[in-house]
Amino acid sequence: MAILLEQVFPVEAGAYATAGEASTTIKRKLKQLGIDANVLRRVSVASYEVELNLVIHSMGGTLTLQVDPEMVTLISKDVGPGIPDIDKAMTEGFSTANEEARTLGFGAGMGLPNMKRNATTFDIQSQVGVGTTIMMGFALRG
Amino acid sequence: MTIRDVMEIVEGVVLTGEDKLDSPVDTACGSDLMSDVLAFVKDKTVLITGLINTHVVRTAEMLDITCIVFSRGKQPSEEILEMAQEADIAVLSTRMTTYTACGELYTHGLPGTREKTN
Repeated sequence: MAILLEQVFPVEAGAYATAGEASTTIKRKLKQLGIDANVLRRVSVASYEVELNLVIHSMGGTLTLQVDPEMVTLISKDVGPGIPDIDKAMTEGFSTANEEARTLGFGAGMGLPNMKRNATTFDIQSQVGVGTTIMMGFALRG
Repeated sequence: MTIRDVMEIVEGVVLTGEDKLDSPVDTACGSDLMSDVLAFVKDKTVLITGLINTHVVRTAEMLDITCIVFSRGKQPSEEILEMAQEADIAVLSTRMTTYTACGELYTHGLPGTREKTN
């Protein structure tokens, strides 16, 4: 499928002040492409959640946006530390977020389940000591 | 209901977005937990919160929230107001607590958000 748009955003570990900048840019770009408002909101929520996760939990990584005529795809890839128990991490309410994240209003253990709920397709792969990759697809047509 | 109605009901003042006062709002939610807001909110919603930081605005922008009401007389920073302006979000401030502001809006007919965004 022809890719209409691809952009890679580096996300720094612990950069709480700027967390969300990539998602804001992604939302504005997709809006310019004229993407359906409902899909746009779902992509935006998932993008912000995954970007926050990179800031809060990872040792740094990238968020990649790909758009083709059928699908918006978001890929989050980090360099560690990896998730020991993915099933546990996917459980609503389970969180390992630190105090700083909680002070900002996050870390309620809703992030991963919320991404899965908003995406059409959701895949997470993780290896301790290597890193985590999350791939989310959002279908543009019913 | 419009953002102007919300402002009058919570006896608030507008800090940015005067041009949006006649925009409609369908629902409201009150929360200091942005994780919850991200999980439950739909659009044309007013967010009433006592939490003041830039992530409140970012969360609102991601969800197409049109109006943020900061409760208990808290004053957001210039940075927060500039971000809100750029994101096309009206910001109000009320001296009411979050609980009272939500109660007044609910009593005047503004319902809560549905549980799912999609």
